[in-house]
Amino acid sequence: MLKSKTFVKKTRSGGVMKVVREHYLRDDIWCGSESCTECKQESPVLQKDACIESNLCSYPHYLIPDTNVVLHQVDVLEEAVIRNVIILQTVLQEVRHRSAPVYKRVKDMIQDKEKHFYTFTNEHHRETFIEREPGESANDRNDRAIRVAAKWYSEHLKGHQPDGDELRVVLLTNDLGNREKAKENNLLVFKCEEYIKSLIANPELVDRLALSSDDQNDITSNKVLFAEHLPLSVIQTGIKNGSLLQGTFRASRDNYLEATVFVHGGGEDATEVLIQGLQNLNRAVHQDVVAVQLLPQSQWVAPSSVILQDEGEAKDENANEEEDKLQPFTAAQKPTGKVVGIIKRNWRPFCGMLNVSQIKESTRHLFTPAERRIPRIRIETRQASALAGQRIMVAIDGWPKHSRYPNGHFVRSLGKAGEKDTEQEVLLLEHDVPHQPFSQAVLSFLPKMPWAITPEDLEKREDLRHLTVCSVDPPGCTDIDDALHCRELEDGTLEVGVHIADVSHFIRPGNALDSEAANRGTTVYLCGRRIDMVPELLSSNLCSLRSNVDRFAFSCIWELNQKSEILKTRFTKSVINSKASLTYAEAQMRIDDSTKNDNITKSLRGLNKLAKILKKRRIENGALTLSSLEVRFHIDSETHDPIDLQAKELLETNSMVEEFMLLANISVAQKIYDEFPDCAMLRKHPAPPPSNYDILHKASKSQNVEIHTDSAKALAYSLDKASVEGFLYFNTLLRILATRCMMQAVYFCSGMDSDFHHYGLASPIYTHFTSPIRRYADIIVHRLLAVAIGADTTYPDLMDKHKQSALSNNLNYRHKMAQYAQRASVAFHTQLFFKSRGILNEEGFVLFVRKNAIIILIPRFGLEGTVFFDTKDKSAPNLVFDEAGPTLKVEQHTFCIFDKVKVTIRLDDTNIQHQKIRMALVDPVVRIHSRTSAASSCALLKNGNNVFIHLPF
Amino acid sequence: MAGLELLSDQGYRIDGRKATELRKIQARMGVFAQADGSAYLEQGNTKVLAVVYGPHEMRGSRSRARHDRAVINCQYSMATFSTAERKRRPHGDRKSTEMSLHLKQTFEAAVMTQLFPRSQIDIYVKILQSDGGNYSVCVNAATLAVIDAGIPMRDYVCACTVGFVDETPLADLCYAEEGGGVSSLGLALLPRSSQIALVQMDARLHQDNLDALMEAAMTACKGVSKVLDEVVRQHLQEASMLARD
Repeated sequence: MLKSKTFVKKTRSGGVMKVVREHYLRDDIWCGSESCTECKQESPVLQKDACIESNLCSYPHYLIPDTNVVLHQVDVLEEAVIRNVIILQTVLQEVRHRSAPVYKRVKDMIQDKEKHFYTFTNEHHRETFIEREPGESANDRNDRAIRVAAKWYSEHLKGHQPDGDELRVVLLTNDLGNREKAKENNLLVFKCEEYIKSLIANPELVDRLALSSDDQNDITSNKVLFAEHLPLSVIQTGIKNGSLLQGTFRASRDNYLEATVFVHGGGEDATEVLIQGLQNLNRAVHQDVVAVQLLPQSQWVAPSSVILQDEGEAKDENANEEEDKLQPFTAAQKPTGKVVGIIKRNWRPFCGMLNVSQIKESTRHLFTPAERRIPRIRIETRQASALAGQRIMVAIDGWPKHSRYPNGHFVRSLGKAGEKDTEQEVLLLEHDVPHQPFSQAVLSFLPKMPWAITPEDLEKREDLRHLTVCSVDPPGCTDIDDALHCRELEDGTLEVGVHIADVSHFIRPGNALDSEAANRGTTVYLCGRRIDMVPELLSSNLCSLRSNVDRFAFSCIWELNQKSEILKTRFTKSVINSKASLTYAEAQMRIDDSTKNDNITKSLRGLNKLAKILKKRRIENGALTLSSLEVRFHIDSETHDPIDLQAKELLETNSMVEEFMLLANISVAQKIYDEFPDCAMLRKHPAPPPSNYDILHKASKSQNVEIHTDSAKALAYSLDKASVEGFLYFNTLLRILATRCMMQAVYFCSGMDSDFHHYGLASPIYTHFTSPIRRYADIIVHRLLAVAIGADTTYPDLMDKHKQSALSNNLNYRHKMAQYAQRASVAFHTQLFFKSRGILNEEGFVLFVRKNAIIILIPRFGLEGTVFFDTKDKSAPNLVFDEAGPTLKVEQHTFCIFDKVKVTIRLDDTNIQHQKIRMALVDPVVRIHSRTSAASSCALLKNGNNVFIHLPF
Repeated sequence: MAGLELLSDQGYRIDGRKATELRKIQARMGVFAQADGSAYLEQGNTKVLAVVYGPHEMRGSRSRARHDRAVINCQYSMATFSTAERKRRPHGDRKSTEMSLHLKQTFEAAVMTQLFPRSQIDIYVKILQSDGGNYSVCVNAATLAVIDAGIPMRDYVCACTVGFVDETPLADLCYAEEGGGVSSLGLALLPRSSQIALVQMDARLHQDNLDALMEAAMTACKGVSKVLDEVVRQHLQEASMLARD
C-alpha cells in the first residue's frame, strides 16, 4: 500500500538549507464519484448526474478550478448552482498560502454537503503525483500537477458509464498558457468567464465574476496616477535595514486624503506615521498592512483638523485639484511618510450603495461603501437600474496604478436602503457581528425538551429553593441572568446571595454550541432586536432565572454585618426558585411603599441598605462615576418605529443591583486568581495616560474650574465639586468629557499580564461573572470557578494561557464591535425619529471645537452633531482657530467649549446612504449660511438587562 | 505564510501517511563481523547503526561492577553528516548524554542482566541520518543488535514516538512534525506483556488526552514489534541456510 519516494527541497530561511522529506504515494485515495465502481469509497461526494445547465457542456460534468480561479472567483463558487467541484490538494495548498480568508471559505464549502465539493489528495496519489522538472518554476509545476490530475480524472471516469451521458471533467483556468497545454492533452478546458457566461438560467452570476487581470486594460485610461508598488523582496530588505517601516494602515474617518500607519515596531513603543495626499496614500485601503517610507523632516506636517469627504465625481482628473485643498499646517508636526508597497491586503466585502453612472448604457458604476474609511469602488454590472437604491455588498479585486478608484465586483444585494431590516443587516455586517441563525450542529447540543431537573442534578447542587430570591431587571427583559436574596441570620448578620444563571451547565466545553458562543462573544442589543450569543431556548428559557420555576444557578453567598463588611464568602452550584421578576421601577416602588411588608420587600430593603454603604465605600476608595447620555426609544408596537425619545433615568434600585454585581465580580475574580494564577480570565481598566486629559483641563479652565487628574480618586472628587453658578448642566458635560478621556476596559489572561488594576472601579482585581447569558467571558469565569470549588472538571484549553489570551482578544474585539453596532443602531433610530418629526428647535452645548467646525451636544436627545463653517461652493467665512483654547472665531463670534447654542435639527435624506441629521445654528447668528452635517449619537442604549451602562467599562 | 498543516481534513499527514501509519522500516542484522552483535535500521529517513559488545568482563573501574547482574553501558552519537547542517560535536553534548542515559534505562529493563553478574554489556548506537524519532529508532536498532549478539531479553523492546495534533494522535513522527509544535511522547514497550520500559515526554499535554496518546503509542510499538520479529526470523533463516551450506 505504501510507495516510498524521497525528494529534495530547498527552502530559504536565513540561508539556503537542504530539506529532505519523505513522500509516501498511495493507491488508496478514491476519486469521490458516485458513478465509480473501482474505488472502494464509503460515502462518495460527487453526484452521478452532475448537472449544471450550460451551453458549453450539455453533458454531466465535474469542475476542476485552478488556483487563481478559486482565489479570485470564490464568490461565484459559493453560489448554490455551482456544485460537484473537485478541489485538488495542490489548489487547496496554494490557496492556503496565498489567502487565509478564501481558504476558510473554500473549506466551508467543502464541508457543506449540499455543495458536493470533493477534495482530491492528488499530491499523495501514486498516479497523479509529479516531480518538479529541472528548470520548471513552482507555479508551472503546480499547473502541470493540476493538468495531470484532470487527465487522470477524465480517464478514470471514462470506463464507468454503463448508460446515458458520459461523465466528464472540465478544467477551469484563466491562464492562457495552461489552457493551451491542457488542450494539447485533450482536456476539456474553459476560461472561467466563458463557462459562467454559458450557464443557462443564471445570468446574474456574471456580475459576481471578479475582473481578471487581462480584462482590466479596457476599464480605465492608461494614465498613471500612482507610483508603482515595490516588490515584496525589496520591501523585506528595506524593512530589515530600516529604510522602510511596516504597519497597519488606518484611513482617517473624517478626511479621505489622510491616514495614519501604526508601525508595529520591533519590541519598542509603536509609532504612528502620518500619510497625507492621494499620491502618498498610494492605493492603500483601511486595515491593509503596508510598507511606508518616511519623508525628510522638512516635509513633515501636522494632521489637519479639517473634515473632508470625498464627494468628487468619477473623474480621475479631480484627483489633482483636490490635492491643493490640504494646506500644510505648522503646529505639531508628526512623522510623515508615503506608502511604497503593500505587504498584505485586508480586503473584505464592503456594504454600501451604487452611484449609478450618468450614462444610461454604461455598465461601469461607482460604489460608495457605508464605511467612510473605504474608498469608492468601481464595479461593472448590467443590473444597475435594479440595484440603485439598494444596499449591496461589493468585493475589491484590485487597484491598478492608473485608476483613481479600485476595481471590484458585486457580491450580493441586502435589500432596499432606508428600510429597517436592510439597515440593520448593514450595520451588523459592517461591525462584523455574527448574526446568522444558529446552525443545526449548534442546536443539536441543546438539551432535549421537555427539560426537567433530575434527582442526580439535585444531588450535586445545593437546594436553595426555599430562599426568597427575586430578580430586578429593565422592563421587557427575557434573558434574566442574575437574581438576589437577603435574609437576616440568627446572630444578627445578614446573608446576601447573588445567583447567576448556570449557563456553563448547558454549554459544555469544546462542542459546536460552545465554539459558536465563543466566536460570538457577546449578545448584541440593537434597538428592537437582540442578536443572541446562545440559542433562544437557553437565553430566554432554560438559563433565564424567571420567577416561579426551578432553575440552575451558580450562587455567590456572603455573610455581611450591618456595616456591609464581608465576614464569609462561599460559592456553590445551586437550584433556586425565583419568587418574583421585578423591573427597576417596581422594585423601587416596593421599597418606598411602607405598607408592604412581605418577604420580598424586606429582602429588597435589606439589599438596598447594604448597597448604599457599599457604594459609599467604593466612592471613598476612588471609584469614578462618569456619564454619557442614554436615551430610550419608545417603540411603536405595530410598526416598530420610534415614537418618542427620552433620556433614561436611573433609580436607586439600578445602583442596588449594580453594587452586588460588582461585589460578586470582585469576589469571584479574587477566588479564580488565587486558584489559577496563570490562566484566570480577568478584566482590567488601565489608567489613561495624562495627555488624554488635556481636553478636560482646557475645557474646565475656560470656566475657571480646576480638575485634578493625578488619580482616579482626585478626579472623582474634583468632578463632584465642579459646578458653575447658573450652569446646571456643566457637571454632566464635564463628566461626558471625562468619559471620553478614559481607556477601554479589556479582558485578559492573568498569566500574560501583570497589571490587573481596574481604574474606573478602583478595584485591584476584577472580572465578569454575572452575565453568562450574554457574555462569553462570564462562561469561562464560571468554568474556572466551578473547577476551583470542585464542581466541575477542567479541560485543556481552559488551562492554556495562550489560548485564553487569544480568546480574550476575540472577546475584546467583539465587545468593541458590539458597542459600535449598538451606537450605530441608536443613530439610525434617531434618524427615523427625526424623519417623522420634521424640523425641531433645540438647545445644545458646544462639546468640541475643530478647525472648521464645532461639535454640538443636544442633551435632550443625547445627540451629537457637527456644524461646519466652510463650504466648498460658497466663499469661506473668516475663521480663526486658536488651539490653546481651543476656540474658533467665526467672523465676529468666538466659540469655545461649553457655549450654549440654539440649533435647528432636521433629517437630511438627500444622500440616502448616509442619511444625516443636520444641525444649523440659530443662536448666536453667524452671518454666513452654515452648512451642517454628520451627526452621530453618543448614546449607549441597551434594551436588555444591564447594569453598568453608564460606565464605559 | 501559514505554517505547515500537519494533518489535512482528509486525514493525510505532510508525507502522505495517515495518522496511525508508521514509516517504512527496513533493517539488517549482523552487519559487522568484529562486534558481538550489530544491526542497521532505517525508519523512513532516520538511519541508525547499532553495535553491541559483550557480555564481557568489566573494563575501566572495576568498582562499578555489580555482584548480582551485568552493567549496561550505552553510548549515543550522531554522525556529523546526519543533519541538514553539519554537526560540530558528534557526541558528548548534553542531549547525547541524556539520550545515552535513556537507552541505558530502557535496556536495563529489557535485558536479563541477572544472568551475567560482574560483567558489562556495551551498546553503541550512531545516527547516520536524522529525520525525527531518533530515540525510538535507536531503541529498535539496538534491540536487533542485542538479539544478534545472542544476549537473552525478556522481549523485544520496541519504541515509537507519537504526537498529538487536532485531537488526533499521530504515530511515528518525522522531523517536520516534531518541529511543528506537536506535543510528542516517546514510549519503549515490551509488546507481549505490554510492559513499559520507558516513557518520556517533555511537552505540555492535557491529562485528558494522555490515555488516547498512550493507547496510540502502544499500538504503534506493537506494529514495530511485528516488523522487527519478521526481520529476526528472516535473518535466522538466512543464517541457517548459510550454516547448512
